[in-house]
Amino acid sequence: MADDVLFEFLHMEMVSHIYKDQASRGEMDKDRATCVSTLEGMGFRVGQGLIERFTKDSPSFKDDLDVMKFICKDFWINVFRKQIDNLRTNHQGTYVLQDNKFALLTQFSSGKQYLEEAPKYLAYSCGLVRGALSNLGMDCVVTAEISLMASCKFQVVIQKI
Amino acid sequence: MSRQSNRTTDSKKMNSELFTLTYGALVTQLCKDYENDEEVNKQLDKMGYNIGVRLIEDFLARSSVGRCQDFRETADVIAKVAFKMYLGITPSVTNWSPAGDEFSLILESNPLVDFVELPDNHSSLVYSNLLCGVLRGALEMVQMAVDVKFAQDTLRGDNVTEIRMKFIKRIEENLPAGDE
Repeated sequence: MADDVLFEFLHMEMVSHIYKDQASRGEMDKDRATCVSTLEGMGFRVGQGLIERFTKDSPSFKDDLDVMKFICKDFWINVFRKQIDNLRTNHQGTYVLQDNKFALLTQFSSGKQYLEEAPKYLAYSCGLVRGALSNLGMDCVVTAEISLMASCKFQVVIQKI
Repeated sequence: MSRQSNRTTDSKKMNSELFTLTYGALVTQLCKDYENDEEVNKQLDKMGYNIGVRLIEDFLARSSVGRCQDFRETADVIAKVAFKMYLGITPSVTNWSPAGDEFSLILESNPLVDFVELPDNHSSLVYSNLLCGVLRGALEMVQMAVDVKFAQDTLRGDNVTEIRMKFIKRIEENLPAGDE
Protein backbone atom coordinates (compact mmCIF):
# COMPACT_ATOMS: atom_id res chain seq x y z
CA MET A 1 0.00 0.00 0.00
CA ALA A 2 2.09 2.89 -1.21
CA ASP A 3 1.50 6.07 0.59
CA ASP A 4 -0.06 8.92 -1.41
CA VAL A 5 2.96 11.01 -0.76
CA LEU A 6 5.18 8.64 -2.74
CA PHE A 7 3.18 9.31 -5.88
CA GLU A 8 3.40 13.05 -5.35
CA PHE A 9 7.17 12.91 -4.92
CA LEU A 10 7.57 10.66 -7.92
CA HIS A 11 5.39 12.94 -10.04
CA MET A 12 7.37 16.03 -9.00
CA GLU A 13 10.63 14.32 -9.84
CA MET A 14 9.30 13.07 -13.17
CA VAL A 15 8.28 16.56 -14.26
CA SER A 16 11.61 17.97 -13.12
CA HIS A 17 13.55 15.25 -14.94
CA ILE A 18 11.66 15.51 -18.23
CA TYR A 19 12.23 19.25 -18.37
CA LYS A 20 15.88 19.08 -17.32
CA ASP A 21 16.46 16.34 -19.84
CA GLN A 22 14.96 18.28 -22.75
CA ALA A 23 17.03 21.31 -21.84
CA SER A 24 20.27 19.35 -21.67
CA ARG A 25 19.72 17.70 -25.00
CA GLY A 26 20.47 21.12 -26.45
CA GLU A 27 17.61 21.23 -28.87
CA MET A 28 16.16 24.49 -27.80
CA ASP A 29 13.38 24.46 -30.33
CA LYS A 30 12.14 21.27 -28.73
CA ASP A 31 10.50 23.26 -26.03
CA ARG A 32 7.72 22.87 -23.53
CA ALA A 33 5.41 21.28 -26.06
CA THR A 34 7.50 18.11 -26.26
CA CYS A 35 7.83 17.89 -22.50
CA VAL A 36 4.11 18.30 -22.09
CA SER A 37 3.35 15.65 -24.67
CA THR A 38 5.85 13.24 -23.12
CA LEU A 39 4.22 13.62 -19.72
CA GLU A 40 0.78 13.43 -21.25
CA GLY A 41 1.71 10.25 -23.07
CA MET A 42 2.90 8.63 -19.85
CA GLY A 43 -0.33 9.60 -18.14
CA PHE A 44 -2.31 8.20 -21.03
CA ARG A 45 -0.92 4.68 -20.67
CA VAL A 46 -1.28 4.72 -16.91
CA GLY A 47 -4.85 6.00 -17.19
CA GLN A 48 -5.72 3.16 -19.53
CA GLY A 49 -4.33 0.61 -17.12
CA LEU A 50 -5.93 2.17 -14.05
CA ILE A 51 -9.41 2.37 -15.50
CA GLU A 52 -9.27 -1.30 -16.42
CA ARG A 53 -8.50 -2.17 -12.80
CA PHE A 54 -11.21 0.09 -11.43
CA THR A 55 -14.04 -0.99 -13.68
CA LYS A 56 -13.27 -4.68 -14.02
CA ASP A 57 -16.32 -5.77 -12.13
CA SER A 58 -18.70 -2.88 -12.63
CA PRO A 59 -21.54 -2.87 -15.16
CA SER A 60 -21.14 -0.87 -18.34
CA PHE A 61 -22.05 2.78 -18.42
CA LYS A 62 -25.34 4.07 -19.80
CA ASP A 63 -23.98 7.04 -21.71
CA ASP A 64 -21.21 9.61 -21.88
CA LEU A 65 -22.59 11.62 -19.00
CA ASP A 66 -22.58 8.53 -16.83
CA VAL A 67 -18.94 7.95 -17.71
CA MET A 68 -18.06 11.54 -16.85
CA LYS A 69 -19.83 11.27 -13.52
CA PHE A 70 -17.81 8.15 -12.77
CA ILE A 71 -14.63 10.01 -13.60
CA CYS A 72 -15.65 12.91 -11.39
CA LYS A 73 -16.53 10.74 -8.43
CA ASP A 74 -14.97 7.29 -8.17
CA PHE A 75 -11.98 7.79 -10.44
CA TRP A 76 -11.02 11.16 -8.97
CA ILE A 77 -11.43 9.88 -5.41
CA ASN A 78 -9.24 6.88 -6.07
CA VAL A 79 -6.54 8.84 -7.81
CA PHE A 80 -6.64 12.28 -6.19
CA ARG A 81 -8.37 11.47 -2.93
CA LYS A 82 -11.32 13.79 -3.46
CA GLN A 83 -14.18 14.34 -5.88
CA ILE A 84 -14.38 16.86 -8.65
CA ASP A 85 -16.06 19.95 -7.24
CA ASN A 86 -17.99 21.02 -10.29
CA LEU A 87 -18.96 19.38 -13.59
CA ARG A 88 -20.38 21.43 -16.41
CA THR A 89 -21.36 20.39 -19.91
CA ASN A 90 -22.87 21.83 -23.01
CA HIS A 91 -24.52 18.47 -23.72
CA GLN A 92 -22.74 18.47 -27.03
CA GLY A 93 -19.59 16.60 -26.10
CA THR A 94 -17.72 19.19 -24.07
CA TYR A 95 -17.28 18.79 -20.32
CA VAL A 96 -15.48 20.99 -17.85
CA LEU A 97 -14.31 19.39 -14.61
CA GLN A 98 -13.37 21.82 -11.91
CA ASP A 99 -11.22 20.85 -8.98
CA ASN A 100 -10.82 23.64 -6.43
CA LYS A 101 -7.99 22.05 -4.56
CA PHE A 102 -6.13 19.85 -6.98
CA ALA A 103 -4.03 17.33 -5.09
CA LEU A 104 -0.90 17.82 -7.16
CA LEU A 105 -0.93 21.60 -6.80
CA THR A 106 -1.57 22.02 -3.09
CA GLN A 107 2.16 22.18 -2.34
CA PHE A 108 2.61 25.27 -4.49
CA SER A 109 2.46 28.60 -2.74
CA SER A 110 -0.64 30.55 -3.61
CA GLY A 111 -0.42 33.75 -5.51
CA LYS A 112 0.58 34.50 -9.06
CA GLN A 113 4.24 33.64 -8.77
CA TYR A 114 4.11 30.06 -9.97
CA LEU A 115 1.02 30.11 -12.16
CA GLU A 116 3.21 29.89 -15.24
CA GLU A 117 4.89 26.73 -14.05
CA ALA A 118 1.68 25.01 -12.99
CA PRO A 119 0.69 23.58 -16.40
CA LYS A 120 3.76 21.32 -16.29
CA TYR A 121 2.21 19.61 -13.32
CA LEU A 122 -1.14 19.15 -14.99
CA ALA A 123 0.06 17.43 -18.16
CA TYR A 124 0.36 14.00 -16.59
CA SER A 125 -3.12 14.22 -15.09
CA CYS A 126 -4.61 15.26 -18.42
CA GLY A 127 -3.09 12.12 -19.85
CA LEU A 128 -4.56 10.06 -17.03
CA VAL A 129 -8.05 11.31 -17.83
CA ARG A 130 -7.59 10.89 -21.57
CA GLY A 131 -6.32 7.34 -21.11
CA ALA A 132 -9.15 6.41 -18.79
CA LEU A 133 -11.77 7.75 -21.18
CA SER A 134 -10.10 6.13 -24.14
CA ASN A 135 -10.42 2.70 -22.60
CA LEU A 136 -14.05 3.41 -21.82
CA GLY A 137 -14.63 3.96 -25.49
CA MET A 138 -14.50 7.75 -25.56
CA ASP A 139 -11.83 9.38 -27.69
CA CYS A 140 -11.26 12.87 -26.51
CA VAL A 141 -8.91 15.76 -26.07
CA VAL A 142 -8.17 16.82 -22.51
CA THR A 143 -6.67 20.17 -21.63
CA ALA A 144 -6.26 21.91 -18.32
CA GLU A 145 -6.15 25.49 -17.33
CA ILE A 146 -5.49 27.23 -14.10
CA SER A 147 -6.30 30.76 -13.08
CA LEU A 148 -5.89 30.55 -9.33
CA MET A 149 -3.37 28.32 -7.61
CA ALA A 150 -4.63 24.87 -6.70
CA SER A 151 -7.92 25.41 -8.49
CA CYS A 152 -7.93 24.07 -12.01
CA LYS A 153 -10.33 23.15 -14.77
CA PHE A 154 -9.97 20.11 -16.99
CA GLN A 155 -11.73 20.46 -20.30
CA VAL A 156 -12.76 17.25 -22.05
CA VAL A 157 -13.86 17.49 -25.65
CA ILE A 158 -15.19 14.27 -27.09
CA GLN A 159 -14.06 13.59 -30.61
CA LYS A 160 -16.92 12.60 -32.81
CA ILE A 161 -15.71 10.35 -35.58
CA MET B 1 2.15 -11.63 -16.33
CA SER B 2 -0.15 -9.87 -13.93
CA ARG B 3 -0.27 -11.25 -10.48
CA GLN B 4 -3.69 -12.40 -9.28
CA SER B 5 -4.59 -10.42 -6.21
CA ASN B 6 -7.93 -10.10 -4.49
CA ARG B 7 -9.81 -7.18 -5.96
CA THR B 8 -11.12 -4.90 -3.30
CA THR B 9 -12.19 -1.35 -3.85
CA ASP B 10 -9.90 -0.28 -1.08
CA SER B 11 -8.72 3.11 -2.15
CA LYS B 12 -5.33 2.64 -0.56
CA LYS B 13 -4.74 -0.31 -2.81
CA MET B 14 -5.85 1.66 -5.84
CA ASN B 15 -3.43 4.36 -4.89
CA SER B 16 -0.55 1.93 -4.79
CA GLU B 17 -1.46 0.88 -8.30
CA LEU B 18 -1.27 4.48 -9.40
CA PHE B 19 2.26 4.64 -8.02
CA THR B 20 3.28 1.30 -9.48
CA LEU B 21 1.88 2.07 -12.92
CA THR B 22 3.38 5.56 -12.92
CA TYR B 23 6.77 4.11 -12.03
CA GLY B 24 6.41 1.64 -14.88
CA ALA B 25 5.59 4.43 -17.32
CA LEU B 26 8.64 6.32 -16.09
CA VAL B 27 11.02 3.39 -16.58
CA THR B 28 9.56 2.77 -20.02
CA GLN B 29 10.09 6.41 -20.96
CA LEU B 30 13.68 6.34 -19.68
CA CYS B 31 14.38 3.21 -21.71
CA LYS B 32 13.13 5.04 -24.76
CA ASP B 33 15.20 8.13 -24.04
CA TYR B 34 18.49 6.45 -23.20
CA GLU B 35 20.35 3.97 -25.33
CA ASN B 36 21.53 1.53 -22.74
CA ASP B 37 20.41 0.02 -19.46
CA GLU B 38 23.38 1.37 -17.52
CA GLU B 39 22.34 4.91 -18.32
CA VAL B 40 18.76 4.19 -17.27
CA ASN B 41 20.01 2.69 -14.01
CA LYS B 42 22.02 5.84 -13.36
CA GLN B 43 19.05 8.11 -14.08
CA LEU B 44 16.80 6.09 -11.81
CA ASP B 45 19.38 6.34 -9.05
CA LYS B 46 19.68 10.10 -9.53
CA MET B 47 15.94 10.60 -9.49
CA GLY B 48 15.67 8.40 -6.45
CA TYR B 49 18.31 10.49 -4.73
CA ASN B 50 16.33 13.69 -5.41
CA ILE B 51 13.22 12.07 -3.99
CA GLY B 52 15.07 10.66 -0.99
CA VAL B 53 16.45 13.99 0.18
CA ARG B 54 12.87 15.25 0.43
CA LEU B 55 11.22 12.06 1.57
CA ILE B 56 13.36 11.94 4.71
CA GLU B 57 11.68 15.11 5.97
CA ASP B 58 8.27 13.65 5.35
CA PHE B 59 9.35 10.48 7.13
CA LEU B 60 10.73 12.28 10.16
CA ALA B 61 7.60 14.39 10.37
CA ARG B 62 5.29 11.39 10.30
CA SER B 63 7.15 8.96 12.47
CA SER B 64 8.41 9.78 15.91
CA VAL B 65 11.76 8.07 15.66
CA GLY B 66 14.60 9.91 17.28
CA ARG B 67 18.24 9.84 16.31
CA CYS B 68 19.57 6.35 15.73
CA GLN B 69 22.44 5.33 17.96
CA ASP B 70 24.16 3.06 15.46
CA PHE B 71 23.87 1.48 12.06
CA ARG B 72 21.95 -1.50 13.41
CA GLU B 73 19.23 0.77 14.70
CA THR B 74 19.19 2.57 11.37
CA ALA B 75 18.66 -0.73 9.61
CA ASP B 76 15.74 -1.59 11.86
CA VAL B 77 14.10 1.77 11.38
CA ILE B 78 14.44 1.51 7.61
CA ALA B 79 12.98 -1.97 7.48
CA LYS B 80 10.31 -1.82 10.15
CA VAL B 81 9.15 1.80 9.98
CA ALA B 82 10.05 3.38 6.66
CA PHE B 83 9.36 0.51 4.29
CA LYS B 84 6.17 -0.29 6.17
CA MET B 85 4.99 3.30 6.06
CA TYR B 86 5.61 3.92 2.39
CA LEU B 87 5.42 0.59 0.66
CA GLY B 88 3.43 -1.48 3.12
CA ILE B 89 6.05 -4.21 3.34
CA THR B 90 8.52 -5.13 6.06
CA PRO B 91 11.75 -6.48 4.66
CA SER B 92 13.95 -8.55 6.94
CA VAL B 93 17.39 -7.36 7.96
CA THR B 94 20.05 -10.05 7.56
CA ASN B 95 23.59 -10.86 6.44
CA TRP B 96 25.40 -8.45 8.68
CA SER B 97 29.07 -8.13 7.88
CA PRO B 98 31.45 -8.92 10.78
CA ALA B 99 32.32 -5.24 11.12
CA GLY B 100 28.65 -4.34 11.39
CA ASP B 101 28.82 -1.87 8.54
CA GLU B 102 26.98 -3.78 5.86
CA PHE B 103 23.63 -5.57 5.81
CA SER B 104 20.97 -6.87 3.48
CA LEU B 105 17.28 -6.09 3.24
CA ILE B 106 15.37 -9.08 1.97
CA LEU B 107 12.05 -8.21 0.35
CA GLU B 108 9.69 -11.12 -0.12
CA SER B 109 7.60 -9.00 -2.44
CA ASN B 110 8.35 -5.74 -4.21
CA PRO B 111 5.31 -3.56 -4.88
CA LEU B 112 7.15 -1.71 -7.64
CA VAL B 113 7.25 -4.78 -9.82
CA ASP B 114 3.57 -5.72 -9.77
CA PHE B 115 2.53 -6.35 -13.36
CA VAL B 116 6.15 -6.16 -14.56
CA GLU B 117 8.18 -8.47 -16.74
CA LEU B 118 11.61 -7.62 -18.07
CA PRO B 119 12.03 -8.23 -21.79
CA ASP B 120 15.17 -10.07 -22.91
CA ASN B 121 16.87 -7.06 -24.39
CA HIS B 122 16.94 -5.29 -21.02
CA SER B 123 18.67 -7.93 -18.96
CA SER B 124 20.97 -5.49 -17.18
CA LEU B 125 18.25 -3.06 -16.22
CA VAL B 126 17.85 -2.68 -12.49
CA TYR B 127 14.16 -1.88 -12.60
CA SER B 128 13.76 -0.78 -8.99
CA ASN B 129 16.95 1.24 -8.87
CA LEU B 130 14.96 4.28 -7.77
CA LEU B 131 14.79 2.66 -4.33
CA CYS B 132 18.59 2.66 -4.04
CA GLY B 133 18.71 6.36 -4.81
CA VAL B 134 15.93 7.10 -2.32
CA LEU B 135 17.73 5.28 0.49
CA ARG B 136 21.03 6.93 -0.37
CA GLY B 137 19.53 10.43 -0.53
CA ALA B 138 17.50 10.05 2.62
CA LEU B 139 20.43 8.78 4.68
CA GLU B 140 22.71 11.49 3.37
CA MET B 141 20.35 14.04 4.88
CA VAL B 142 20.87 12.43 8.25
CA GLN B 143 24.62 12.56 7.93
CA MET B 144 25.26 9.04 6.69
CA ALA B 145 27.04 8.24 3.44
CA VAL B 146 25.96 4.81 2.26
CA ASP B 147 26.31 2.66 -0.77
CA VAL B 148 23.10 0.89 -1.82
CA LYS B 149 22.63 -1.67 -4.51
CA PHE B 150 20.52 -4.61 -5.52
CA ALA B 151 22.14 -7.96 -4.88
CA GLN B 152 19.20 -10.06 -6.01
CA ASP B 153 16.13 -9.20 -8.05
CA THR B 154 13.00 -11.29 -8.61
CA LEU B 155 12.63 -9.69 -12.03
CA ARG B 156 15.91 -11.27 -13.06
CA GLY B 157 15.00 -14.70 -11.87
CA ASP B 158 16.12 -14.67 -8.24
CA ASN B 159 13.82 -15.96 -5.51
CA VAL B 160 13.85 -12.81 -3.46
CA THR B 161 14.80 -9.20 -3.86
CA GLU B 162 17.86 -8.30 -1.84
CA ILE B 163 19.15 -4.78 -1.28
CA ARG B 164 22.68 -4.54 0.09
CA MET B 165 23.48 -1.45 2.15
CA LYS B 166 26.99 -0.47 3.16
CA PHE B 167 27.90 2.28 5.55
CA ILE B 168 30.73 4.38 4.16
CA LYS B 169 31.20 7.21 6.59
CA ARG B 170 29.54 9.75 8.78
CA ILE B 171 29.13 13.09 7.02
CA GLU B 172 30.45 15.88 9.20
CA GLU B 173 28.26 18.94 9.35
CA ASN B 174 30.26 21.80 7.92
CA LEU B 175 29.86 24.97 9.88
CA PRO B 176 30.54 28.13 7.92
CA ALA B 177 33.89 29.65 8.76
CA GLY B 178 33.78 32.24 11.51
CA ASP B 179 30.78 30.74 13.29
CA GLU B 180 31.27 30.36 17.03
